[in-house]
Amino acid sequence: MLDDTDRRLLRHLQADPLAPISELADRCAMQPATATRRLDKLTRQGVLKGQHATIDWAALDYAVEVSLRFTLDKTQANAFDDFQAAARKIPEVIAIQTFLGVVDVRLSVVARDMAHYQTLYRNHILTLPHIAELEALMHVATIKSSETLPI
Amino acid sequence: MTDLDSTDFAILKSLTQDATQSAGAVGKSLGLSQPATWRRIRKLEEDGILTGRRVDLDAEKLGFGVTVFLGVKLATKGRVSLEDFERAVTAIPEVQTVQHVLGLYDYRLRVVARDLSDFERVLRRRIMTLPGVGNVEANVLLSEERLAGPLE
Repeated sequence: MLDDTDRRLLRHLQADPLAPISELADRCAMQPATATRRLDKLTRQGVLKGQHATIDWAALDYAVEVSLRFTLDKTQANAFDDFQAAARKIPEVIAIQTFLGVVDVRLSVVARDMAHYQTLYRNHILTLPHIAELEALMHVATIKSSETLPI
Repeated sequence: MTDLDSTDFAILKSLTQDATQSAGAVGKSLGLSQPATWRRIRKLEEDGILTGRRVDLDAEKLGFGVTVFLGVKLATKGRVSLEDFERAVTAIPEVQTVQHVLGLYDYRLRVVARDLSDFERVLRRRIMTLPGVGNVEANVLLSEERLAGPLE
């Protein structure tokens, strides 16, 4: 379905998503029209799902980021659904991930400072349904965040 | 920052959903002219709030069937510098993100692999051989949902 040229195009797009299409085409040694056509095709095939702006939460005065790892009470039939639905309603939650392993669910939470985090934790996190266990990892620094695929 | 108004937040929300939109398209849905929207986007970039773009690819369609999060504890703190570990781990192509954390683990890694046996190869040959690596906990990602966050 995908050929090497598609992969090369996606590799360059991932590396520099802000580059104009003419430059992207140049780096892949193809015509801009060809690059556009291929990207359109990849979008139609669902390989290229979109592009999202990234936000630095610290620059928005959210200095604290915490990873909260939960194990849920699986004797409750709807534990995952209930938990996820409730977590979605907390505005400070920026990501919800589910896992197979030691951890069931992880929430990424941002807060303005430790006092704000404490309020969030007490009033919104601890009140989430079906929590069996919970532990927190405080983010110190992001060392790599490219999230590119090694295509 | 405190000088952002609700229009700025609406622009941020719109661009986090689709960053390929032109300033004109973003402004249109907010009743804002193209130049006014462009100026605001420019300001958000200059203030370091908008930091760039993430290309969203279907990992599975590209042959990456497995995403695993690893919690890594360093075994020999003091003997191996954090910089050595960070430099080595950052260079592994399958490692997508590296976060330095406080708590049960020292680092949190996001790793992609073609399948579980490919993951085992990455784990054994690349991760377990990192300088200073100690306990490693693995959790296989089943689903992921990104939310807009507190953009009000």
